[in-house]
Amino acid sequence: MHHTIEVQNLSFQYPDGTAALRGVSFVIQPGEKVGLVGPNGAGKSTLMLHLNGILRGQGQVKVCGLPIEEQNLGRVRAAVGLVFQDADDQLFCPTVFDDVAFGPLYMGLPPDEVRRRTAEALAAVAMSGYVKRVSHHLSVGEKKRIAIATVLSMQPEILVLDEPSAGLDPRARRGLIRLLQELPQTMLIATHDLRLVAEVASRTLVMDAGQIVADGPTAEILYNAALLARHGLEMP
Amino acid sequence: MHIHFVDPYQTGQSPVHRLNPRAKLVLALGFILVTAAMPLGAWPVYVLLFSLTIATAVLAELRLGFLLRRSALALPFVLAAVTVIFTTPGTAWLKLPLGSWAISVTGAGVVRFLSIAIKSWLSVQAAILLAATTPFPDLLVAMRAVKIPRLLVAIFGLMWRYLFVLADEALRLLRAREARSAKLPTSPLTPPPQGRGMPLPWQGRGWGLGSLLWRGQVAGGMVGNLFLRSLERGERIYAAMAARGYDGEVRTLDTLQT
Repeated sequence: MHHTIEVQNLSFQYPDGTAALRGVSFVIQPGEKVGLVGPNGAGKSTLMLHLNGILRGQGQVKVCGLPIEEQNLGRVRAAVGLVFQDADDQLFCPTVFDDVAFGPLYMGLPPDEVRRRTAEALAAVAMSGYVKRVSHHLSVGEKKRIAIATVLSMQPEILVLDEPSAGLDPRARRGLIRLLQELPQTMLIATHDLRLVAEVASRTLVMDAGQIVADGPTAEILYNAALLARHGLEMP
Repeated sequence: MHIHFVDPYQTGQSPVHRLNPRAKLVLALGFILVTAAMPLGAWPVYVLLFSLTIATAVLAELRLGFLLRRSALALPFVLAAVTVIFTTPGTAWLKLPLGSWAISVTGAGVVRFLSIAIKSWLSVQAAILLAATTPFPDLLVAMRAVKIPRLLVAIFGLMWRYLFVLADEALRLLRAREARSAKLPTSPLTPPPQGRGMPLPWQGRGWGLGSLLWRGQVAGGMVGNLFLRSLERGERIYAAMAARGYDGEVRTLDTLQT
């Protein structure tokens, strides 16, 4: 049984010299739902881009037992479903169907399988009626759900979400929380919404200035006011 | 806030709407080619072609005002051909002295300019009719069916998709500028009231608020800003495509909406 994500001593510097990640190490087991919290600029988004090989730093990153290297990139990207902060960046095809079908199509699956997976993914996010719609006419909440569907159709082992509840009204946010609770995938959720973390994630990582400063059960971390205050956060 | 009106597609159930998108694309392209190939000054032919576009608009249940207003978009581009009035050889209608030279407006030149203007206008009408009766994703499928290179079609798709996003961003920048274009009646930068009460655009001291120069400078900055934002967005979109397995080859599953 492999770890879903295994990061050992990962460091990364941007081209202009700023150190974004400094010796990050953690392990995520299959089935865990983990929250990743921290102030702006802590390196959460940078860390996420390392998990599917878009950025490469020093240190080791293993996904489902596979080290991230050129020859493994295809399988790594099929195993890690990355959902970006701005849904508009992720919905780049003319129709919703094209967007959700993109992942399986590029995995080389036959057309019937692609259609089946697309239908399943849209059903999983309760957006089945949106198949023929055009992305830019949708609301923010709808776009975020479709963005999740676009990675679900690849049937990844882990979903990595960057600020999923940002910009959502309370109703859409409640719908999203319910969706995240229902989906069976392993998850890593980077967010400022500590209440979402409390409701969805059993484990929380706190990141600050490129390092992991705390790693433990959500109940312990989110109710440790001193720890949160030290890293620019507040109790939910 | 959202810009919906930029999308030219008009929903409808007319016979033209229900026609196969590939047929519509080929017909529209054919019409434009024929229009371009017509000789100069063939006025009866232009009238015939115009009646074709009007008939199609009526059949598609589009408002004629919509078609005529949108096709007026062609006219500014036609101005590029205005020099043709002066350079075509032929009998001169009037001569304009310019220093030691004289440029002449020739009859043949005017005929040529009008022909170009009318042909452009007709071609734009055909394009508008196509876009108004066919959802854009279907147009892309039709383009691939007539063997337009896949990479080019993919670029059209991305361009159309992000034109709306760009328009929204531009709208937000314009609104932000307006929100900061305040002018108090007692400000030293407000020009003194003229006889008719309306200050002229270039008045105001130097870079004063509301002056044309200031607004031009701000507009230039906004265009540069939009360009940078688009560049960065392009990087993020590429990261999203790579995250879902994009490998440089364009692959699609062609399904028509209608």
